[in-house]
Amino acid sequence: MFKYQWDWGIILSEVPGTDGEYYYQWLIKGFELTLSVALSAWILALILGAIIGTARTAPSKWLSWPATIYVEVFRNIPLLAQLFFWFFALPELLPTAAGDWMKQRMPYPEFIIGTLGLGLFTAARVAEQVRTGILALPRGQKNAGLAMGFTLTQTYRYVLLPNAFRIIIPPLTSEFMNMFKNSAVTYGIGLTELYFQLRQITGDYAPGNIIEVTAYVTLIYLVMAFIVNRGMAWVERKVAIPGTIGGKR
Amino acid sequence: MSFDYSEITNNSSFLLEGLRYSTQLTAFAMTIGIVAGSLLAMGRLSSNKAISLVSSGYVNLFRSLPLVLVIFWFYFLVPMIYGAPVGADRSAYITFSVFEAAYYCEIMRAGIQSISRGQIGAGQALGFNYWQNMRYVILPQAFRNVLPLLLLQTIILFQDTSLVYVVGATDFLGSADKVAHRDGALKEMYTFIGVSYLSISFILSTLVKKLHQRIAIIR
Repeated sequence: MFKYQWDWGIILSEVPGTDGEYYYQWLIKGFELTLSVALSAWILALILGAIIGTARTAPSKWLSWPATIYVEVFRNIPLLAQLFFWFFALPELLPTAAGDWMKQRMPYPEFIIGTLGLGLFTAARVAEQVRTGILALPRGQKNAGLAMGFTLTQTYRYVLLPNAFRIIIPPLTSEFMNMFKNSAVTYGIGLTELYFQLRQITGDYAPGNIIEVTAYVTLIYLVMAFIVNRGMAWVERKVAIPGTIGGKR
Repeated sequence: MSFDYSEITNNSSFLLEGLRYSTQLTAFAMTIGIVAGSLLAMGRLSSNKAISLVSSGYVNLFRSLPLVLVIFWFYFLVPMIYGAPVGADRSAYITFSVFEAAYYCEIMRAGIQSISRGQIGAGQALGFNYWQNMRYVILPQAFRNVLPLLLLQTIILFQDTSLVYVVGATDFLGSADKVAHRDGALKEMYTFIGVSYLSISFILSTLVKKLHQRIAIIR
């Protein structure tokens, strides 16, 4: 076996063929993009997931059925296949003018499609959590809201959803962590996030130091997971419902 | 904007070969993952500090990392350790077994923890040692309790095998992707692959729900 030349300082050196760019700058750029795509997709997933999850518990079939179909479709297709579909197939399926706009003039196509793809995919998972949260509430809560003279919409808005969201914080934490992990899949459509930078550096520029660069990137992902985990534990304590096992006495 | 179905029929054997690879990879990783995951779960619940620390460390490490990153690690590490090129298709077998063990572990742990303490005592009273107790009393019950979850995880695993794309292996998605770009059949292939995954996963998860209703222990 060949001798592996270790060089842990590799990320501090200049990228050959560039004008004063360093490997660590590439990693930081990738990291920033990972953060922005994951956070924007998370906002989309939360809003859409809350709406769809609520719709699934609605008494009207016209609301609950489309929501159920949405969840089944987006849960049962691999994320990468979904991203490929939005990125490569959608422009071909749309009317010519819209397709051409997507292919040629859409600004930041990888970022926008990556965000939408991740967001729509995660929304289905968030919706399931929201639905579980609402169903976990005692039936009396809904009746109490209605008895107060609230309409069904008001009951959801002021009674059910605030309660449901507070009890589903722990499962949402892991969805939030998944968002950062899943953001690496956008590499498939060419978004230059952290994983993309790793593959670019170890593929074309420093294949001789593949272990070190991958180790650094792994460390960044681990730290991200750790921070998200601690941050959400803090949120969980803040919003715990008093009187429940998790809440303050 | 015509939809050319012949793209699918003309390439059916290539696509089926991809599906066969995905299925095999899923079955292999599930088998190893459940066995290793059960051992890890026993490790996490062990009263031996060192064993439980190592098991928890393993599980938390793999659960914190993106799967595509782990796929990449093994893709270049396995040949380095083995000393010869192994190929993306084969290194994936190791990756998925190692990675999925962490996820199956958490399910098995929940299963073991759902068993009442009295069962351990009962086993010990019968004279079983730790391994016999696990083998004949605890694990069979735990396994039955979490069987639906293990199967749902396997459906997720089946979908996750599509990520071997990042190291160029030809799984189900990879085969469709290759045809799509070779023939310029983007809409046909990506629609076909989406509908296929949807049908397979949906049918399997419906079956798991049915099974769950049948085997649920009535208490």
